[in-house]
Amino acid sequence: MTTTSTLPASAPRAPTTQAPGPDPSPGPGPGPTPDLRALALRHGLTVSGARPSLPVYVRQLWSRRDFIAAFATARLTAQYSQARLGQVWQVMTPLLNAAVYYAIFGVLMNAKHGVPDYVPFLLTGIFVWTFTSDTVLAGTRAISGNLGLVRALHFPRASLPISLALQQLQQLLLSLTALGVILACCGEFPTWSWLLAVPALLCQALFNTGAALVLARLAARTPDISQLMPFVLRTWMYASGVMWSIQNLASTARFPDAVALALQCNPAAVYIDLMRFALIESYTSDRLPPHVWALAAGWALLAFTGGFIWFWKAEETYGRG
Amino acid sequence: MADIQGTPTVVVDGVHITYTVHGGHPGGRGSATAALGRMLRRGRTAPAGRRVHAVKGVSFAAYRGEAIGLIGSNGSGKSTLLKAIAGLQPVERGQVYTHGRPALLGVNAALMGDLTGERNVVLGGLAMGMSRAEVRERYDGIVEFSGINEKDDAISRPMRTYSSGMGARLRFSIAAARSHDVLLIDEALSTGDARFRRRSQRRIDELRAEAGTVFLVSHSNSTITETCERALWLEAGTLRMDGPAKEVVAAYEEFTATASKAGTARTAGTKAE
Repeated sequence: MTTTSTLPASAPRAPTTQAPGPDPSPGPGPGPTPDLRALALRHGLTVSGARPSLPVYVRQLWSRRDFIAAFATARLTAQYSQARLGQVWQVMTPLLNAAVYYAIFGVLMNAKHGVPDYVPFLLTGIFVWTFTSDTVLAGTRAISGNLGLVRALHFPRASLPISLALQQLQQLLLSLTALGVILACCGEFPTWSWLLAVPALLCQALFNTGAALVLARLAARTPDISQLMPFVLRTWMYASGVMWSIQNLASTARFPDAVALALQCNPAAVYIDLMRFALIESYTSDRLPPHVWALAAGWALLAFTGGFIWFWKAEETYGRG
Repeated sequence: MADIQGTPTVVVDGVHITYTVHGGHPGGRGSATAALGRMLRRGRTAPAGRRVHAVKGVSFAAYRGEAIGLIGSNGSGKSTLLKAIAGLQPVERGQVYTHGRPALLGVNAALMGDLTGERNVVLGGLAMGMSRAEVRERYDGIVEFSGINEKDDAISRPMRTYSSGMGARLRFSIAAARSHDVLLIDEALSTGDARFRRRSQRRIDELRAEAGTVFLVSHSNSTITETCERALWLEAGTLRMDGPAKEVVAAYEEFTATASKAGTARTAGTKAE
């Protein structure tokens, strides 16, 4: 079974009936032929669908930066377009959460005991935590929720988790403006220390992007991850001192110091504490774990580079099978 | 023969494609007992599911400037083959060689119904790999070609308010805005009114003139003969015939006529295996 079109000299449009009768050859069918391979190689054709090297991949990703930004903004705009209150929900949701947590943890369980300025403490915690938790959740859906896109178009797949992480960052910047206003109402007025929020958020954004990349690959392979994530995130939130103070736990001496230190060094707690340190005046540096900035930068670099390389290693498998 | 005509853009060399489907039979993937069974068996047996041998040893070479139609009954492997050419579906055996990066006309996946047509044109263009400057440059052309702005200012409305024909026209316009080395079209031209179909045929001719190759999957035999001069006939995963579109379509029509007389097309398909 050969085609005359294997010979480039012959007219490609000549009739080349392969199996004139209604009975083509049985069995598994023919395999590759040296003629066609030689023809392809002679004209410099390449094998489609192979994974690019890491530097090439980074360059491809960079050339898609406009798409990444446009996709993030488009998702942000489309997100609440069906809701009557629209983008107001971006601020309303964390505020409603804060009200519930204040009633349950702050008042009923008395977590506000020993925490000066509990309301700013809680609000900052929730806004910063929401950023990490939403980015991680978006990451799990980055590939599995956009299979149509992945199966239809060519682009470096890391564009999707990165774009969704960018969308969450845009969302956070919007809600931080609201947080600033609320903090001012609580008596926390802007000081120079608020500028420390910029490096803290930068580190957190890098960390979140890395985590989103890791979960995008995991969930693309095992869809069950998305069922598990809400549970994991809830546990992580309780362990990160969003509505209670890890520092106060350390001072009660009910647990070995190492437990409190481990909780304080977990990336979510590090970023939450740094933001509280930046925004709340009574939250002084003695409430921070040792080497906190090194921790913040370390987690960010580790998660981002590790996550990126790990995601790239499965690049050619996304959206297949 | 002129050497320009003899430059291949896509070489499909003895390609076999299989994929695994999950579910579809009772006690499938979703049921608790099946899941438990899978967990117990893990690592010892191959993953559950049936294997489908969709394409069985197809070979051909496509040349610059050709428009090639793919015909065949449902489930004959046409779309799977297009995906493999686009590099979006791994091949089991054989190899697909391509010039540049074939583009599947699938830009609709990037568009969002909640956004205006305007923003979707930009988003779709960027998703296909254009730069912002390129999108700006071609924006007016895309909107004009789609013709959705002829009656009112539809481009500033959210895309979910469009009729299905309008949506399809805008999607085709976005996808065809860029000249590709190889463009793969899967059943896209059947939507839209007669005037738009004529216009898109002209656009396909232009794309071919821009030294590209166009693949077109369609169940409309007239679309194939009007748009393409070469056709591939796939039946049950094998290449039955490769030649001038008119001859191949005639043979295919004869086949479907006799198959429906003899019984169903399905039994003929199994016999061909």
